[in-house]
Amino acid sequence: MNRYIRPGRLAVHIALILYTIIAIGPILLIVLNAFKTRRAIFADPLGFPDARTFTTIGFDQVFAKSDFGLYFINSLTITVVSLGLIVLIGAMAAWALTEYRFRGNTLISLYLAIGIMVPIRLGSVSILRMMVELNLVNTLTALILVYVAQGLPLAVLILSEFIQQIPKDLRDAARCDGVSEYRIFGSIILPLIRPAIATVAVFTMVPIWNDLWFPLILSPGDGKQTVTLGVQQFIGQYVTDWNAVLASLTLAIAPILVLYLLFSRYLVRGLTAGAVK
Amino acid sequence: MSFLESKDFMKRAGRFLATASVAASALAFAHGASAQTLTVESWRNDDADVWNNQIIPAFNKKYPNIKVQFKADPPTEYNAALNARLAGGTAGDLITCRPFDASLDLFKKGHLVSVNDVKGMDNFSDVAKSAWSTDDGKTTFCMPMASVIHGFIYNKAIFDELKLTPPKTVAEFHAVLDKIKANGKYTPIAMGTADQWEAATMGFQNIGVNYWKGEEGRKALIEGKQKFTDAPYVQTFTELASWAPYMGDGFKSQKYPDTQNLFTLGRAAIYPAGSWDIPIFRKQADFEFDAFAPPAPNASGKCYISDHTDIALGINTKSKNVEAAKTFLSWIASSEFADIYANALPGFFPLTKEKVTVKDPVAAKFVGWRDTCESSIRNSYQILSRGTPNLENELWNVSAQVLNGTMKPEEAAKKAEDGLASWYEPHKK
Amino acid sequence: MSTTSFETTAPLVAAPARSRLPLHIVVFLAPALLIYSIFSIYPLVDTIRLSFYAGDQTGAQHFAGLDNFRMLLSDPTWSGQFWNALRNNLFFFGVHMVVQNGIGLGLAMLLSLPRLTGGSVYRTLIFLPTMLSVVIIGFVWQLMLNPLWGIAPSLLKAVGLGSFFGPWLGQESTALITISLISVWQFVGIPMMLIYAALINIPDDLLDAATVDGAGPFSVFWFVRLPLILPTLGVVSILTFVANFNAFDLIYAVKGALAGPNFSTDILGTFFYRTFFGYQLQVGSPTMGATVATAMLIVILIGVLIYLFGIQRRLQRHTF
Repeated sequence: MNRYIRPGRLAVHIALILYTIIAIGPILLIVLNAFKTRRAIFADPLGFPDARTFTTIGFDQVFAKSDFGLYFINSLTITVVSLGLIVLIGAMAAWALTEYRFRGNTLISLYLAIGIMVPIRLGSVSILRMMVELNLVNTLTALILVYVAQGLPLAVLILSEFIQQIPKDLRDAARCDGVSEYRIFGSIILPLIRPAIATVAVFTMVPIWNDLWFPLILSPGDGKQTVTLGVQQFIGQYVTDWNAVLASLTLAIAPILVLYLLFSRYLVRGLTAGAVK
Repeated sequence: MSFLESKDFMKRAGRFLATASVAASALAFAHGASAQTLTVESWRNDDADVWNNQIIPAFNKKYPNIKVQFKADPPTEYNAALNARLAGGTAGDLITCRPFDASLDLFKKGHLVSVNDVKGMDNFSDVAKSAWSTDDGKTTFCMPMASVIHGFIYNKAIFDELKLTPPKTVAEFHAVLDKIKANGKYTPIAMGTADQWEAATMGFQNIGVNYWKGEEGRKALIEGKQKFTDAPYVQTFTELASWAPYMGDGFKSQKYPDTQNLFTLGRAAIYPAGSWDIPIFRKQADFEFDAFAPPAPNASGKCYISDHTDIALGINTKSKNVEAAKTFLSWIASSEFADIYANALPGFFPLTKEKVTVKDPVAAKFVGWRDTCESSIRNSYQILSRGTPNLENELWNVSAQVLNGTMKPEEAAKKAEDGLASWYEPHKK
Repeated sequence: MSTTSFETTAPLVAAPARSRLPLHIVVFLAPALLIYSIFSIYPLVDTIRLSFYAGDQTGAQHFAGLDNFRMLLSDPTWSGQFWNALRNNLFFFGVHMVVQNGIGLGLAMLLSLPRLTGGSVYRTLIFLPTMLSVVIIGFVWQLMLNPLWGIAPSLLKAVGLGSFFGPWLGQESTALITISLISVWQFVGIPMMLIYAALINIPDDLLDAATVDGAGPFSVFWFVRLPLILPTLGVVSILTFVANFNAFDLIYAVKGALAGPNFSTDILGTFFYRTFFGYQLQVGSPTMGATVATAMLIVILIGVLIYLFGIQRRLQRHTF
């Protein structure tokens, strides 16, 4: 665009490009080498795969010996259901806490704040026992419940900010017409907080998708693994087979990469919007 | 490739809780189909094919009415997952037993039944049974299956190229190492310290038996008659420390799979091994390899090998099919099973007294040392790893440190002894 | 903590009698409070309770008062590991505060320059590693730094620093800083984004006014922009703190639960895991695990309180 690039600007771009290379270089290298033969991986790690060194043997291994499609569906189910519940339940609570003045309002807000500061992971001991008693071990439900509990406090905080920005007159007008509180929430507030979902998603979805801890202790196997756990287990098993290791890493990265590049604009907007206020 | 140590060492994932739903459905299946379906819990996930295609069909030829299901977890997660399943009452009928305290713990908590009365128990020596017996030796709670042996695997092509012969004594061993190093093309010893256990298991325990005279030293340690600060242990650490200059570049961040790759890519000459490495080397190495026993510190005298009792099978107390399970165990004790197992998984050696022919030449060499040398198990496994700090973990730590050069052999010996003395009565004086 | 059940139920039960809490408020609040209380607060409280118990060989548990804490803090085999983990954790946090937040601030400054071409591309790409699982990141970097594979050495050689390379992840002296920097590499996007958002929200006229008054770019940064984004830096700091004292995955993925060499990469999260689940021949202890977890809880609470009462008050503006 600009015909003249000032030297200062050039330095800025050089700095940013250098850091960008540092940020994505390692990931590209993994993907690159996933398509090379074992010898080529070791002999020339930086080279591009060519006709001689190209192979998909690693991917064949992964597909033959693990169930990546299933892991992906598990992860997707857990993440989407958790996010949906967090947004819905969180919005209800945020609405109640911002809209109505009642005794205990502040107390409840503080009570929720504990969950932002203290990681639920420290309660793993009891969560395990509780899930055994509820017979929920090795179910996706167990993970969803934990993730909802973990994500709610922050979601309530973020959603409260958004709800506060919604003009008062909208709901007051509705109230004058005698619309019930439930309908005000359902048909006025919920549609209006849609932009906030992106923010909530960044802060809750990514940690849920990437979590290793709770899948590790709550649903370790038998077809209930998430992608993260599946990769961890697969690599543990075939760790000497670098073709398979690199292929499984690539397969784990790919869906995230695609989704991220598709939605990055919304995610970034959500992230920055959430932090503004 | 995974023998218990090979992955368990890597990361012990915490499948603390067990998969109630699947285990429950397995139970439901057991009720529905017949009272004669046995489920085997195991960490040997690599063996699923061997079980399904060889072991179970062979068993069913004799006992067509007992169905067997093999169910394996990744080794790193087995202990935790099994514990939880047992606690939740959803574990399978047959439990694959880790040696010594892990299984003893299960027996004490009432999860395993005594198998003293199972037919075929007398096919095993007391040493074989010791890994799965109470401290007084009266009750055995798992049927021994196999042991693994330490030694050194070497790249024959490199040895031929450099005109080397497999060493018999420590002096010869070092001469060989010097020659490989002087040549400069190959890494003399493939071993890393990043995973720590390699240093302790492939290093310390592998060569140590010759210094502390196998069972003699191991028992003296348990009785408190020997201490880690005594000469045999310090000498072992000293010998181990002398390997460092022969190990590959950056061995400090080299992990177990890196070590395997270093050897199978033909870049290293000697690999301090466990016999369980044989099957994976058969698959990955495109050169010929062979093995030699741990070199003797001096030319005369007896030789010793680490012949570690590793895997056994026990019966879940809550099993509804105890009789069928006992039938299966007595078959496990037979030479028929031993023969299948030894040859399907070269490197896992049956513990039965009966003669078994191992067809893989390298594996046969390993097991052949039993005829000329005295067998012993790893000295940290029985009793001595019951307290905190845990001797096995301590040995990992100090063995790696001795190689990394952050600890002198004497310091390593002292740290191991101090840790033991802090909780184990016989060592407190 | 023990009053939590009162706090949850109080508004729901007691209120109608006094101020007639309308049913719809109860309906709106109940699901969130129920799930949160059962699956988050109750386990935390129960963990604290469990830390006062001890187990024996047969698995039975009995009340032990403060014995576990006494053991954790005074028995050399436990306290040595605990203090070591805490020290390493503080170092881990320190590296993040200086390097991660420093680089994050720097990148945010560059990205917030007016009329920067391709800003969103940079933002998207630099934020990318944050999206990936720590498990993946751990393996990626292990491969990168692997002496056998040689990517890192050959890259360093290419820029003339070949002799600088060492088995960083394997040396006691360098393992922790290497792990810390890997974590920094992954998460630098978060402070970058938060600070960037704060920077672009500074009204232009404020900056223009300062420039008109003759302030150079440096003093504009120092006297106008920095004070305005201080609250954000506070939030970034506390987020970093909480995240770092919870970290576990990366070290577990790269170094295993023993956090070698010689526990030089052991932080509270890995210490907790090892204690709770056991490792190799060491049998896990739920009660000592709970004790370590409670100790972590206290450490985090102290940090949060210092922030709330020491720092945030001075920053005045309530952010987030």
